[in-house]
Amino acid sequence: MTQIPKVPIHEPHTVYIKPSKGLAALNLRDLWVYRELIFFMVWRDIKVKYKQTLLGMAWAVIQPVMTMLVFTFLFDRVAKLPTEGIPYPVFAFTALLPWGLFVTALNQGSRSLVAHNNMVTKIYFPRLILPMSSVFAGMVDFAIAFVILVGLMFYYQVTPAWNLVWTLPLFLLLAIVTALGVALWLSAVNVQYRDVNQALPFLTQFWLFATPVAYSASVISEEWQILYSLNPMAGVVNGFRWALLGTGNGPDITLWVSVGISVLIFISGLFYFRSMEKTFADTI
Amino acid sequence: MTTAISVKNIGKQYKIGAAETKFRYNMLRDVIVDTVSAPIRLAKAMIGKSDRRLNQNYVWALKDVSFDLEEGKVLGIVGRNGAGKSTLLKILSRVTEPTTGTVSVRGRVGSLLEVGTGFHPELTGRENIYMNGAILGMRRSEIDSKFDEIVDFSEVTQYIDTPVKRYSSGMYLRLAFAVAAHLEPEILVVDEVLAVGDAEFQKKCIGKMGDVAQQGRTVLFVSHNMSAILRLTQEAIVLNKGQLIMRGNTQEAVDYYLSFGQSQAGERTWAAEDIPATSVPFTPISLKVKERGGKVVDTVRSTEPVTLEFEYKLDAPITGLRVGLYVSTMRGEYVFASFDTDDPALYDKFDSRTAGHYISRAEIPADIFNDSRYTVGVNASSFGVRRYFMDENALAFNVDISGAPGTQWAEPRVGPVRPRLNWKIEKIGE
Repeated sequence: MTQIPKVPIHEPHTVYIKPSKGLAALNLRDLWVYRELIFFMVWRDIKVKYKQTLLGMAWAVIQPVMTMLVFTFLFDRVAKLPTEGIPYPVFAFTALLPWGLFVTALNQGSRSLVAHNNMVTKIYFPRLILPMSSVFAGMVDFAIAFVILVGLMFYYQVTPAWNLVWTLPLFLLLAIVTALGVALWLSAVNVQYRDVNQALPFLTQFWLFATPVAYSASVISEEWQILYSLNPMAGVVNGFRWALLGTGNGPDITLWVSVGISVLIFISGLFYFRSMEKTFADTI
Repeated sequence: MTTAISVKNIGKQYKIGAAETKFRYNMLRDVIVDTVSAPIRLAKAMIGKSDRRLNQNYVWALKDVSFDLEEGKVLGIVGRNGAGKSTLLKILSRVTEPTTGTVSVRGRVGSLLEVGTGFHPELTGRENIYMNGAILGMRRSEIDSKFDEIVDFSEVTQYIDTPVKRYSSGMYLRLAFAVAAHLEPEILVVDEVLAVGDAEFQKKCIGKMGDVAQQGRTVLFVSHNMSAILRLTQEAIVLNKGQLIMRGNTQEAVDYYLSFGQSQAGERTWAAEDIPATSVPFTPISLKVKERGGKVVDTVRSTEPVTLEFEYKLDAPITGLRVGLYVSTMRGEYVFASFDTDDPALYDKFDSRTAGHYISRAEIPADIFNDSRYTVGVNASSFGVRRYFMDENALAFNVDISGAPGTQWAEPRVGPVRPRLNWKIEKIGE
């Protein structure tokens, strides 16, 4: 056996274990120490996702494209919904991008703790890593679908609203924060009450109808706009359309309401998750 | 010497019986009321104001346990099933939080509880090494530098780029153990892991544990195998019903553990709280050691047969039930095991044992035991189906060897048995 040079091992530091009271401190230090685990979990989820499928990564394309085709038939050909002058396929696909990311993140994130219960009951690591990495793993599908969108826009000769495209990452961030916030709540509840598994399909379907994915937000009348924007995903989808296609009014009070709600869900989710974390291994 | 682990008044409380109230519907009305109020209940439960809490029972899995352990020491932990050993290890490795008390731990805790945790069947051996290493808290650079060593140790070099779902269970286990063994934590926690793998691999594992101890690391070793505890540790603690009842050098601790709870000589009875809920419908009542006259004794004569009598109740019929005895030495080596339906005639007759009150009685012939103390374990199971009840250390008895073969020489005889063999001496030449 060849002699392997010893790497300097970290200095032993003392860990104090005691019952945490009330809302536990967020312990971001541990999250930093375990940052590589987030990377590995995301990497594993991506690697494993399309293993032993015939079509492999093509599924990342097929799923949104099929949804877009169904929407085009139902809402464009049959219902003839207004699209502010944008060809309907492009109009719908622009919204399906962040929506797809959100749905994957929400579903995977909410089930992450229960799905990895063997890890939770056997070793210590910051439990936050599980919903976080599930949410991040959806980004690859998003990137692939984005390429399709570029192709679609090219085909339908839709000029992107260039001066606004730089705001896309911000709307993406809003979608991620929202998905993570909801996933933190639901994954922690799911540990004790598996009702979450049953509620998720219904929740995502309901949420889809409450979000302007298949239709334009302009069909909602003025006095309902604020109430409507309590759904943070409405802000995200409107923002995507505004940034890429130039539709709508751009950021106004409704966007800030969406941002506010999203941050509220995220912060409260973080604290709820942390306060329940200590019982995960016992109740899962 | 610095202190590696300092445990102060640790307690851990568990809820039990929470789920049982859930499906106790009597009328359709209850079902409807329950369904309508479900969202309210869920909301209440989420903010921690569950009305169900009233129905819950709490049990202390650990209570008021305190001890310190110096760096570089190897500590054995012994105790019966449910004594709190695993809970203690889970608290030390931060899987679960204590309800009361504090622990301070100096350095990284690695445990061999977690062998193979996070392994994904679709990933290759190489990918799983990195994945598992990261889960155990290793840096990527650390895994890189130990990669070859891990592969060598696991003996799966050829298949390192094959998905682990194609591995045999032995290969899988070796790879998993190799990663855990190379974590090089300051504190290593080992729980019964030596029961897995083939003999050669077990030897390797014990060797690795010895290495770890020699490198000045701290080791906590939990096992039911007293000979492994005696061989690998110098010091041990004994847990009973969640409390630390003794700490001392390993020999003393093991003796204490083996004789604990056997206050009535030659007889062991089980109280309701000693019987786990999982044993239903089997209820053990007593185990007795009897000499030829039928008297319950603590010391048996090796030259006379001895009877072991196990009394129990079945609340429901059990198909294929077999009730067995395990006799072992104080060092934990098995002498023999025997089941009440070993005899094919009895096996057929008791194919299904009806509910009722039973005694399974075994007569052990004379001239088996040596000059020593033996422990008796009991086991009630249906082969390949379920184990209803087990107590590896139900009672212990002494053996008086006066009159046994070879007692004319005042020297101890090696071996756990002292049979009277049919010797013949023939003179076949001048």
